Amino acid sequence: MKHRPILVGALLVVVIYGCSKADDVMSFMGFRKPANFGAPVYKLENNDITQAGFELGRKLFYEPRLSRNNTISCGDCHIQTSAFTHHGHDVSHGIDDRLGSRNSPPIMNMAWSQTFMWDGGVFDLDLQPIVPITNPVEMDETMANVLEKLRAHPQYPALFKKAFGTSEITGPRMMKAMSQFMVMLVSANSRYDSVVRQQGPAFTPDEQAGYVIFKSKCSNCHQEPLFTDNSFRNNGIGVGYNDDQGRYTTTLNPADKYCFKVPSLRNLAYTAPYMHDGRLLTLDAVLDHYTHEMQDMPTLDPLLKQNSTLGIAVTTTERGLLLSFLNTLNDKHFITDKRFSEQAQ
Amino acid sequence: MKRILTLIGIATFIMACSKESNPAPAPTGEKATLSIQFDNIIGSKNLQLNTGNYTNAAGEQFSISKLQYYISNIRVKTTAGVEFVVPQDSSYFLVNEAEPASQFLKVRVPEGDYATLTFVLGVDSLRSTMDISKRTGALDPSSGMDAGMYWGWNSGYIFFKMEGLSAAAPVDPSGQNKFRYHIGGFGGYSAPTLNNIKTIVIDLTAGGIARVRKGREANIHIMTDVMKLFNGGTMVSIAAHPTVMFSDYSVLIANNYTSMFTHDHTEN
Repeated sequence: MKHRPILVGALLVVVIYGCSKADDVMSFMGFRKPANFGAPVYKLENNDITQAGFELGRKLFYEPRLSRNNTISCGDCHIQTSAFTHHGHDVSHGIDDRLGSRNSPPIMNMAWSQTFMWDGGVFDLDLQPIVPITNPVEMDETMANVLEKLRAHPQYPALFKKAFGTSEITGPRMMKAMSQFMVMLVSANSRYDSVVRQQGPAFTPDEQAGYVIFKSKCSNCHQEPLFTDNSFRNNGIGVGYNDDQGRYTTTLNPADKYCFKVPSLRNLAYTAPYMHDGRLLTLDAVLDHYTHEMQDMPTLDPLLKQNSTLGIAVTTTERGLLLSFLNTLNDKHFITDKRFSEQAQ
Repeated sequence: MKRILTLIGIATFIMACSKESNPAPAPTGEKATLSIQFDNIIGSKNLQLNTGNYTNAAGEQFSISKLQYYISNIRVKTTAGVEFVVPQDSSYFLVNEAEPASQFLKVRVPEGDYATLTFVLGVDSLRSTMDISKRTGALDPSSGMDAGMYWGWNSGYIFFKMEGLSAAAPVDPSGQNKFRYHIGGFGGYSAPTLNNIKTIVIDLTAGGIARVRKGREANIHIMTDVMKLFNGGTMVSIAAHPTVMFSDYSVLIANNYTSMFTHDHTEN
C-alpha cells in the first residue's frame, strides 16, 4: 500500500515517455521515397537517418563557422527560397567576396544523384561538403579548424551526442549529419508530381500539349522523374570566359571536353540564372539557345546535331506550350518547407 | 607451337586456380613488430628539407620544401615463399620527411624469416571509394588531412607530393619560384581515369632478410631516392613542367618514381 505513489509515479513516467516518443515519430518521418521516384542511390544503410542527425546536419548547413572567418555558411550560396541555389548570381561570391567559377547548383533529390558538382568530380555525398569548406574562394577553411570550432562550441558536443551516442566530434560524423540533412531535401511535390501520382487536378490542355513536346524533344537528357539522366554532355553553349572544360578536368578523357552534368529541370522558376556558369538569365534565353544559338564543337552532344542540323526545332506555339509544362515542375512546398529552413538559435 | 601454347594456357589456368582455391598457408605463430624505415635521400645525398641544394639531369638546381607519400597494403613473404598480408585496416601510412617518426612504419607480422617486402605506393581504389567512416587516421579526408593529401574537387588521395623551389620554375602568384608535383589517381569511380597506384616488390635477400622474433624489432631500411622522379625513363624538367597534378603527364612522373625504392640493409 505504501508503495502505491511510487508505482503510480513510475506508470506516469512510462506513459509520458511513451507519448513523447510517439510524438517524435509523428513529427519526423525520416526519409521517404516519393511513389513516382526510383530507388535512391545514396547508401542509406551506411547512414541511418534520425531526427537528431537531420537536425544536426541542418544546423551545420547554416553554420558560418564552417568558413575561415565565420562569415559564410552552406546556406549562403544555397538558399532555400531559390531551391538551394544562389539566386541572381551567375557565379557565387564566397569568403572575402572572392568569386567562384561556376553557378551554384540546387541541392535537391541528392539521394538519387550518382555524382556531384557540374563535372561529377565527387562520387559520394558524404565527401561533398569538404569541397566548398576547403575551397579558397568559397569557405577557405581546413577541416581540422572546423572540427576544433565545433568542439569548442557550447551546443555542438551535446548535439553530436544526441545524434551519434557520444559527444565526440569527428569529420565522418559531421559529414554523415550533413548528408542526413541533404538527403532529406526531397523535391517531389510539384504540380507535375501530383498529376503523375494522380493526387490532384490533371494537366491543363496547354500543359498536356507541352508535356508531349517535352517528351519528344527534351526528355532524352532530362529524364523523368528527376528531369536529369545524371549524364555529362556538351550542350553547345560554347566555351565560357574561363575556358572551363567541365567533366574533362576530372576524367582527362578528350570526349568529355566541355561536358557538364545535365541539370534537373525541377524548380526552374526559382533557380535562374542557368547553365554551369550562369550565363543565361532567363528561360527564354535557354530556349533561344536550344532552338537557334547552338555552337558546334567536336564534343557537342549528337542529340543536338541530328541530320547535320544544329539545335532542337521548336515552333513559337510549341515554345509557349513547353513553358506551360515546365512551369508545372516548380515545387512551392519544397522552397517553403520549414523543416529545411534555418532554425532560431 | 600450338601444343606449347596450350600447355602454357593450362599452366596459367592451374596457377590461377591454385591461387584461388588453395592459398599457401599464412605463417602462423605469435606476432611481433616489424619496422620498415623509409629513409629519403636524393641521389647520393641525404635529403635535407629547404637547406639542401640539388641538381637534376636537366641541369636545374632546386631545393625541396615538402615530401610526403602514402605507403599501404604491406605484404611480406618468408624465405619459404609463405606470404603474410598485414590486415588492411592497419596498413596505411603517410611518410612525411618533416616528421621523423612517420618514416618508421610498424606492422605486426608472425615470427618468421622474410625475404620479400611488397607494398603499394598510394592508396588502393577500394579504400579510395570506401565509406568515409572506414577511412580513419591518415586517410580521413574530413579531419586528419591537414597534410593536404586529398583532392576534394575530384575525390581521391594524392599519393605522392613533392614541392620545392627552383630558379627554373616560373614565379607563381605567391611570388615564389615553386614547383609542385602532386601525384594521384586511383582509376576513377564513375568513369575510368588515370591510375597511378604502384605496387612495389622488394627482394631483401641481398641486403639481409628480416628475422622477425618476439621481443626484438627487425627494421627493414629502405632508401627512397627522390631524384628518380626527375631522372628516369622520362627526363623531367622543372622549367617545362613546374606543376604536375591530375594530368596525363603525372603518369610519366609516377613511372619514374616507381624505381626510387632500394633496400639498403636490415637491422635484426
